Amino acid sequence: MDAAPPNRSPRTAPAAGSLVLDVRDLQTQFFTDAGIVRAVDGVSFSVSAGETLGIVGESGSGKSVTALSLMRLLDEPSRIVGGEIRFQGRDVLAMDAEELRKLRGEGIAMVFQDPMTSLNPVLRIARQLAETMQAHGRFTREQATSRAISLLGRMGITAPERAINSYPHQFSGGMRQRVMLAMGFSNEPALLIADEPTTALDVTIQAQILGLIAELNRDFGAAIILISHALGVIANVCQRVIVMYAGEVVEEGPTEQVLADPRHPYTWALINAVPRIDRHVPDTRRLVTIEGTPPDPLAMPSGCRFAPRCPFRIAQCDQHPALIEVAPGRKARCWVTQAGEPLPPPATARLAAGPPRAAQPSPAQDVTPPLLSVRGLVKHFALPREGFFGKGRYVHAVDGVDLDVMPGETVGLVGESGCGKSTFARLVARIHEPSAGSIRFAGHEIADASASAIRPLRRRMQMVFQDPYASLNPRMTVADILSEPIRFHGLTKTAGETRERVEELLTAVGLNPKMAIRYPHEFSGGQRQRISIARALALKPDFIIADEPISSLDVNIQAQIINLLIDLQEKFQLTYLFIAHDLAVVRHICDRIVVFYLGKVMEIAPAADLFTASLHPYTRYLISAVPIPDADAERRRTRLPLAGEPPSAVDPPSGCRFRTRCPIAQPICAEVTPPLATHRDGHLAACHFPGQF
Amino acid sequence: MADAALPARAIAPVASKRRRWMRRYGLPTLGALVIVIWIVVAIAAPILSPYLPVTVDVTARLRPPSWRHWLGTDVLGRDVFTRLVYGTRISLTTGVIVVLVGALIGTLVGGIAAYLRGRLEELIMRITDLVLCFPPIILAMAIAAALGIGTTNTIIAMLVVWWPKFARLARSLVLVQRSQEYVEAAVVMGLSPARILLRHIIPNSIGPLIVLVTLDIGNAIITFAGLSFLGLGVIPPTPEWGSMVSEGRELIEQWWVAAFPGLAILTVVLGFNFLGDGIRDWLDPRSRRR
Repeated sequence: MDAAPPNRSPRTAPAAGSLVLDVRDLQTQFFTDAGIVRAVDGVSFSVSAGETLGIVGESGSGKSVTALSLMRLLDEPSRIVGGEIRFQGRDVLAMDAEELRKLRGEGIAMVFQDPMTSLNPVLRIARQLAETMQAHGRFTREQATSRAISLLGRMGITAPERAINSYPHQFSGGMRQRVMLAMGFSNEPALLIADEPTTALDVTIQAQILGLIAELNRDFGAAIILISHALGVIANVCQRVIVMYAGEVVEEGPTEQVLADPRHPYTWALINAVPRIDRHVPDTRRLVTIEGTPPDPLAMPSGCRFAPRCPFRIAQCDQHPALIEVAPGRKARCWVTQAGEPLPPPATARLAAGPPRAAQPSPAQDVTPPLLSVRGLVKHFALPREGFFGKGRYVHAVDGVDLDVMPGETVGLVGESGCGKSTFARLVARIHEPSAGSIRFAGHEIADASASAIRPLRRRMQMVFQDPYASLNPRMTVADILSEPIRFHGLTKTAGETRERVEELLTAVGLNPKMAIRYPHEFSGGQRQRISIARALALKPDFIIADEPISSLDVNIQAQIINLLIDLQEKFQLTYLFIAHDLAVVRHICDRIVVFYLGKVMEIAPAADLFTASLHPYTRYLISAVPIPDADAERRRTRLPLAGEPPSAVDPPSGCRFRTRCPIAQPICAEVTPPLATHRDGHLAACHFPGQF
Repeated sequence: MADAALPARAIAPVASKRRRWMRRYGLPTLGALVIVIWIVVAIAAPILSPYLPVTVDVTARLRPPSWRHWLGTDVLGRDVFTRLVYGTRISLTTGVIVVLVGALIGTLVGGIAAYLRGRLEELIMRITDLVLCFPPIILAMAIAAALGIGTTNTIIAMLVVWWPKFARLARSLVLVQRSQEYVEAAVVMGLSPARILLRHIIPNSIGPLIVLVTLDIGNAIITFAGLSFLGLGVIPPTPEWGSMVSEGRELIEQWWVAAFPGLAILTVVLGFNFLGDGIRDWLDPRSRRR
């Protein structure tokens, strides 16, 4: 820990417990052409030295605008119109340009969500890091460089002397976020604001970064504000949490208590909408959701802003509740819990969960042929040659995958980004052409069939995509989007019939059929994903490939979409191939789970077995990296820190691909590729030492 | 950061609606207005002028602007104003035809190249590069000279050099759209490639193409005027701005012969540029200024 600057007395660090930041009644508004949007509407909170505060809320709740307001980083037409921000006793809103410049970087540092765009791509890391330090005149060039190296080392970057001379594009997302953290801490700020710092990262990398943030808080004593939409992330790092909804703080308190016993129905809904990786309720697959959407920021309801969606609504909710103390150290903005009683658990709430799921087909299904049968599937993407005489190089995206999917089954595909799970899905859907191997779908070989030969089978196999903003043609109305495949495949004969079918589809996914005349941009992310699902259903398929269908949605919307997928499966006897990086979700809805790593299958197991008795060390790491939204459970778990990042898929390691990060690797792992062998009933793993970790 | 210099509390009124409108739409509206005026002039040419553009009156050669001849007369005593007004018809139509037909050819060729990839794309794009290698006006000159003088031949010559830039742009736009998930969804639906290209990809790539079309009409008008100036465009008595400038280029004393057609070219080209910039901002919210 030689990161502290030499030959300089420590900064006048405020004593622990003193206020670093005090925000009172902050109001930030956007002056748009349509009217005034109250993005942040009377938010108050404070952060003491060395404290970690979490801010949670769905997109549009005002959490990021709050963070930007704190540093006065807002651009026209948004303005801070009222309130007070005091940083170490000084009034931030009264600062002039010079004082602000000192505040930013020296007093408060910020780490943004997207590590891919927050570094300047044309400058070396060294220059960018040193620049921040020199800008405030506290370090000479030599000091700044040596300090940059020690900081990078502290952030867990191997060989920082070499790394410092790299350009940002040579770094992965996780590495860049480490550089951003190094930059943030380079001037020893009293406060670090991290705005969704791990949202763009894989779980294993997320766990590393969160661990790092917690350590830095401990070692440097900087206060931290962590903004996230994921409760698990907050539970992991923060002592205190504030929950925001529609520009207001609706609940505030110690993280443990808020998560265990929420006192605002919105917090309650957030907590219960997330499937938990550490527990499984066998009799229902449906999650608790709240209906509706956040209020229109141009026309906020005069009463409680959450009331229209609230399952606990009472008559008094017509009036706007104040944020008042409901228990020692805890505040909530709710009439229902004002007297101090907790909210009931979801089972007794009015939102009853659906009926138990029909019994799964028993293992006797082995006699029925699989719907999809993949053997030795390979996809190599060619890279540009290095020079004219260079050897051809390939990305080994999918490298010899075998998988059977039975009718009616839900099979989950998990793995870090770049592991080949999305490529696998696109191969099965024949968006990409396989380099080798066989894909049998419903008895037909489709791996090398021509487009016209596959066309009749397209009706039976459909796909739901990840990004609801990119997966719908923005120039077509919903009616056109849904009727195009129906008409193209001649499923209906008359225009009236087509219209009926479109209405039927919209109803099936829980949308109003009247919405058919609208364009995709008029819908929210969750609604768009419903349209995307309706389109997949348009041809009455029996097999649906869902490629991360919920990963870009807010938690409550995620829960709604999961419930919808489960409903549709029961209604239409669908078979799902479900790709996700969120293991909790996969555990929740899948019968069997396949773990991918660098283009190969590491483990295939029934969902419950995978989480209780995983055989492959990689699976153990993946499960351990998932944050649990329960501070208590978080503390009891032993984390397995998976070091490093996946190696390049251009030149994958010999033998077992995981061996370079595996703690129990032996010489044999480098020489012999472990076969995917059955170890228990229906539980396969590709490891020389299964279950020994 | 915009308010960094001001104390945040001092809430200066947000720029008034009218000033914001002017900042965002002022120049494009002006451009559109200029173009509309020129179109009206082109249509109403016979009403605006009492003369005919080809009437020669050697008794009234090189008269300066007066009430009888608003913009004076040229070497052959033809009324400059009349010729200017009739010339609008040729300049505007050739400009629009060259750009629209060029854009159509270029978009289809570039779109097909990008969608089908492989050898065909290589072939098409190398041909495009080949044409783009030559300075456009020189290549057009060579082709026009080979084909012979005449408006149609000049348009054909210009088309040959015009389509490649649209092909390049269309190819890059289609490449971007091709990898979008809605296109993958269309593939999974089993739709035919032609349908995917025409119904899904091209409508979503059209924005930047429209911008280029608008900005380029001015360019095409200049090029056509340039070719006419060099004697390759229209056949002589036909009134055309470029050839009018050419006729007046040695008459330093009689400045009106060349200056007014030159100004006409300037205003039309500026008009299309302002409008094109406006359309670009409107189609691309990222470049929108507050």
